[in-house]
Order: sequence, then structure tokens, then C-alpha cells
Amino acid sequence: MTAADLLVAVLWIGLTLYALFGGADFGGGLWDLLAGRPERGAAQRELIEHSIGPVWEANHVWLIFVITLFWTGFPGAFASFAATLYIPLTLAALGIIARGSAFAFRKVTAEFRQRRLFGAAFASSSVVTPFFLGTTLGAVASFRVPADLARGDVLGSWWNPTSVLTGVLAVLSTAYLAAVFLTDDARRAGAPELIAVFRRRALGSGLLLGVCTLIGLPVLQVDAPHLFAGLLGPALPVVVVSVVFGVLSLGLLAARRYRLVRVTAALAVTAVLWAWGAAQYPVMLPGLTVPAAATEPRVLHLVLWVLLVGAVLLVPSLLWLYALFQRERR
Amino acid sequence: MQLLGSLLAEAATPGDMAAARTQMAFSLGWHIILACFGVGMPGLTVFAEWRALRTGDPAYGSLARTWARAMGVLFAVGAVSGTILSFEMGLLWPGMMGRFGDVIGLPFTLEGFAFFIEAIFLGIYLYAWDRLPPRVHVLTGLPVVLAGVASAFFVVTANAWMNQPRGFDLVDGRVVGIRPWEAMFNPATPPQTVHMIVAAFMVAGFGMAAVYAVGMLRGKRDRHHRLGFLLPFTAAAVLAPVQVVVGDWAAHFLADYQPIKLAAIEGLEHTTAAAPLSLGGLQLGGQLRYAVEIPNALSLLAHWDPNAVVIGLDRAPAGLRPPVNVVHLSFQLMVALGFAFVLLGAWLAVVWWRRRELPGTRWFLVAAAAAGPGAVLAMEAGWVVTEVGRQPWIVYDVLLTREAVNPKPGLLAGLVILLAVYAVLTVASVYVLRRLARLGPVRAPQEEEPG
Repeated sequence: MTAADLLVAVLWIGLTLYALFGGADFGGGLWDLLAGRPERGAAQRELIEHSIGPVWEANHVWLIFVITLFWTGFPGAFASFAATLYIPLTLAALGIIARGSAFAFRKVTAEFRQRRLFGAAFASSSVVTPFFLGTTLGAVASFRVPADLARGDVLGSWWNPTSVLTGVLAVLSTAYLAAVFLTDDARRAGAPELIAVFRRRALGSGLLLGVCTLIGLPVLQVDAPHLFAGLLGPALPVVVVSVVFGVLSLGLLAARRYRLVRVTAALAVTAVLWAWGAAQYPVMLPGLTVPAAATEPRVLHLVLWVLLVGAVLLVPSLLWLYALFQRERR
Repeated sequence: MQLLGSLLAEAATPGDMAAARTQMAFSLGWHIILACFGVGMPGLTVFAEWRALRTGDPAYGSLARTWARAMGVLFAVGAVSGTILSFEMGLLWPGMMGRFGDVIGLPFTLEGFAFFIEAIFLGIYLYAWDRLPPRVHVLTGLPVVLAGVASAFFVVTANAWMNQPRGFDLVDGRVVGIRPWEAMFNPATPPQTVHMIVAAFMVAGFGMAAVYAVGMLRGKRDRHHRLGFLLPFTAAAVLAPVQVVVGDWAAHFLADYQPIKLAAIEGLEHTTAAAPLSLGGLQLGGQLRYAVEIPNALSLLAHWDPNAVVIGLDRAPAGLRPPVNVVHLSFQLMVALGFAFVLLGAWLAVVWWRRRELPGTRWFLVAAAAAGPGAVLAMEAGWVVTEVGRQPWIVYDVLLTREAVNPKPGLLAGLVILLAVYAVLTVASVYVLRRLARLGPVRAPQEEEPG
């Protein structure tokens, strides 16, 4: 395994963690949007706010981590990616601003009308942002980002069947993960009626996610044949893992094993991302492989060492953060 | 030869290029205000909490909690408004990131970790006030303070690199032999990072003090307001003279390393021995007019020698000179405000030394209230100087801004949408912060939910 491969793996780990943790925070916003009238949805919204409040900023950093590692390790590919996908990335960035600010504003506001206004901004941007981020992944997966930054199609690169599919899958994944996590959070908070609500939503969004993924396969076969071939070729074991954990998660939800399903649902989503990575590897952009896109070994080695040292600081801090707020307060 | 090639290169459409520059300037200028509070505010908050622990004085405790509540909002908006900047590096300037992303990647990777630590411990600091023993809680604030300063340092090293690109070789236009540490610790790094970090503490200090100055002007003269004013104001006022010295260091640096930027700052057309210092004035028809000139002062300030030769704009080809007026006037504004802050701090120091009391006149509080927005203005003016003064280069002497811009159409539309979003964001931020200020001190625990 070369240093470039290692860096791609770290990038993918970062992307996965953002999809899982940042994704669940966005999904919380989606359920906030669908929680119903203010009186009826108050308990749900409170649980969502309580769950994502202390952690969303730390979870959000994974995105920055991925972006900066991308340009550090693979500057040319990053430039093509950003220049071509200028529109969805701008919209996603604005969505990120709206989501974070509105969430923070709502938390310190007491008046009903303002809370509702900030809540609406928070919730709707929580849906829009993962969609646009998802379309950019679809653009890369369907080879619509050329390795030359001047040649990309600013519209067609992300507005096409594969990109729309990945955008929808991204939104559904956030919804599903959030519902699964919130069901368990509701259990810990000892709120049976909230458990029922989010369990129903986890089952519904999980099924919908599964159905959309199945519908997506023929779309990929037509629109991104190389990806389809890769998913059924080298990536097939990972695809199988994803399907197994997806079905298992639905079973565990039905059996009310909420703690365990946190893990299996996360693994199912993780496997989808890694299946894509395995299907596309070693091609980064059409005609550009990972080793060709990578910067000089000296930079790669230095960055990998920095990542290792940084992880020693980061991992215990993150674990403490999660442990502190997952633990019941006595 | 390379220069000529650059000049002849096909330029991106001027409208899109202007849009890209405006968008970058606007979103950076907006974010940096929040970033200053993110760097400066945790230190003051942790200090207040520590005093509360040491003295048992509840006024300190309620100040710490009040500031923490505002910090939660400011940090959230700062974090997300900073995210778009990392996007924009690629969206707007792919020509720079594609060639040099790896050269300046190291500080951004380090910054990623600093930001992580900051966000994690801020989450703990804000939300675990009642879950942790008081002594542990105050300690969780320290990583926030350190990581905030470290973040500022790392990001500014990347900007310093754009002024003094180092740590790579150009072979036939290709970037090779990358040396990331050398790129990060370039000659502009020491003066620029120190100048910015001190500025961040001044913006946060004067900004926080201004809130209480306004409150005292409205007749709220209780202990909470007096302490809330004095603590941040003193911190910022102590730094004001330090910043004058640091700023002088930064100007000396320019004289040696970026003389064309200094020439734009001073409006100096021609390379001159025994150059005078020009106060005010406007460049009209290639000449600085209506300025008050102090003989020999520029040579003295730039080179410690009243007869030294100071390089003028004429040393750069006509197409490679920065615009003079905006750089010159921004610099003068920044320096004038900087000295005003020193005087304001001295005013308080003298009165306090003689009477252990705030100056009795309302005008002191009016000036202190104005110092909040004034510090922001000075900091923004400083950024205009360093960024516009580097033009037309995005990477000084290596890459022109117009070669780096995204060649795609439609950047102007993106700018319009962004400005609309930021207009709403600005109104909402000001509204929420004003409401928080009017809510008064927090005495109840930070978390509202039932335990």
C-alpha cells in the first residue's frame, strides 16, 4: 500500500465519519421539519435539539478535514472537482451556514414566532445540504468531473440521473441514521411515546432507503456503467455486507434492539460508501488514477505523520465528548 | 519570460473575476469578525470563571455564563461561515489550489485538528457546565483558548505564504520539490500571525466591552456591568500599544520583502531617497495629492535612516501595481484607529491610577462603545491593506489572481445569491445578539432541560 493509497483511505474514513455523524445531525433537522405542528412536535424537537446540540460542531469538522486533506493530497483533482461542481458546492456551503446559524439562534431564542422561523430555516437547510453534497459524489462516481478544470460541465456534471440518485440517497441515509440514533436516545431519556415515533420513522426511512438503492441499480447500469460493473465486480463483497447489515438493522428495529441497531445501521451506510470506493478504485477522475493524482511522496508522508500525531489528541477528546453526553446525568 | 507569459495569458472574464474577488473578500471579511471573537472570547470567559472559583464572587460567575451563552452563538456562526471559505478556495481559485494546494496543505491539516479540538471542548464547555466538577469545567475551557489561537496561527501562515511563497521549486512552470514546513514558516509568517492574533484579542475585548459601555450609558451601573466592561476593555487596551509595535514590525517586514505593497500603502510613486511620510491624500492622475507630508519620516520609519532610499511603485511594471487609494486610505484608517485605542486605554489608566474609578464623563463611555465597531473596522482595514496591496498577484510574484480564478461562467450569479444569504444572516445575527445582550446576566445553569 503506497502513501497515496493510505491517504485516500484516511480521506474515505473522514468522509464516512462525516456521513455518519454529520449526516445524523442533518437527519435530525429533517425530522424536525416533519415533526408536525408546534404543540404536537415539541417533544420530538426537544429530543432532537438535545441530541445534536453539544456534538454537531465537532461532527461538522469532518467535512473541513476531508476538504483540506483532498486539496493537500490531490490538488489537481480537487481543483477540477471544486471548479466543475461550483454550483452544488456553493449551495451546500450556504445550506451549512443556514443550518448551523439557525440552530444556534433558535437555541437562545424564547419567542414562539422567532423560534419557528429559525426552526424552519434549520430544518429545511438540513435537507437541502446533504442533497447537494450527495450530487457532487454522484458527479465523481459517474465520471462527470474531468481531470481538467476548464472542461467540466457546470450543470450536467451534477444534474443527471446518478447525481440526483446519490443526492436522494444521501438525504435518506441522514434521515435513517438520525431516526435510528434518536430512537435509542429516546429510550435513554425514558420517553416511550418518542421511542414509538422514531422507531416508526427508522423503519420507514430504512425501507425507503433500501427501495431507492434497488431502484438506483438499473439507473447506474445505464448512466454509470463502469460504476455498476465495479459494484458487481471487485466491490461485490462490500455490497453484500451492506445489504446484510441493512436487512439486519430492520430486523433489529422490529425486535426493539435499539442499542445494537445504532451499530448495524452505521455499518450498512458505511458499507455503501466503501462499496463505491472499492468499485471506483484506483480511478479518481476519468483518466486520472490515485497515484497519478497524488502529490509528492514527501508531502504525503508528512501529512500522514501529522494525521497520526493529531489522532492521538483527537480520538480521546472525541470519545470523551460522546461519552459525556451519552451518559445519563445523575 | 514567465512574467510575460503570464501577462499574455488569456484572462478570465473581468466581470466574473471581479465577482470572485468580491465574494472572497466579503465572505472572508464577514467570517473574520466572528473568528476574532472565537479566538479572544474564550480566554476572557475562562478567566472570569477562574476568578469566580478563586474569589467566590458571583459577579464573575454570572459574567462567565453570560459570555459563554453569547460565545455559543458566535462560535456556531463563525464555524459555518468559515466552512464556506475552505469551499471557496477551490470554487473561486482552482488555479491556485490545483497548483499549490499541496504546498499550503500542511497548515490547513493542522488547522483541521485545532478546529476539532476547539469544537469538541467548546461543546463540553458550553453543555457540561453542570455535569462536571467546577475545577474540571474551567480546565475544559483551556483547550478552547489554545486551539483558537492555534487555528488563527495556522490559517494566517497560509495567507502569509501567499505574500511570501516559499518551500517549492518551479521547473518549467511545474511545482516540484515541495518543502511544507518551509512554506508554512515563510518570512511573512512571524509578523502576520502575531499582528492578527493580537488584533483578534483587541476586536473581542473592545467588542465585548462596548456592549457594557452601552449598558452603562443607559444607566446600568451595577457591578455586573462595571466588571463586564473593565475586564475585556483592560485586556484590549493593554494590547493596543503592543499592536503598534507589532504593526511597525509588519511595516518593516514589507519594506524589506514586499516594497511595492509598502509603496502603495504610502502612495509613493517614485523610488525616493529621504522619502517623506504622506498623511491622508488621494492618488489622482498617478500622483498623491492633498497629503500632509512629514519630511524624511518614511525613510526613517521603513529603514531607521532618514536618508534611506524607499522603493516606489515605479519599480513594478505598470500592469503589476496594486491600486493605491484603497490601500493607502485603509492603512491610514487602521493606524489612526490604532493610536486612538492607545489614547483611550491611557485615558482609563490615568484616571484609574489617580482615583481607582472609571472616568466620570459620559464621553469616555461613548468612546469605549465606539471602540467596539472601531476595532472591527481597523482589523478589516488591515486585511484590505494586506490583500489588495498584494494585487494583482494571488501568490506574490508567482501567480496572478486572474490566472487562478475559476474559468467557469456564472460566478456573478453566485455572488448575488451569496450576498442575499449573508444579508439575512447579518440581520438575524445582530437581532439575536442584541436580544442576548438585553436579556442580561445568566444566573441559572446553562442547560435548560430537566436533569
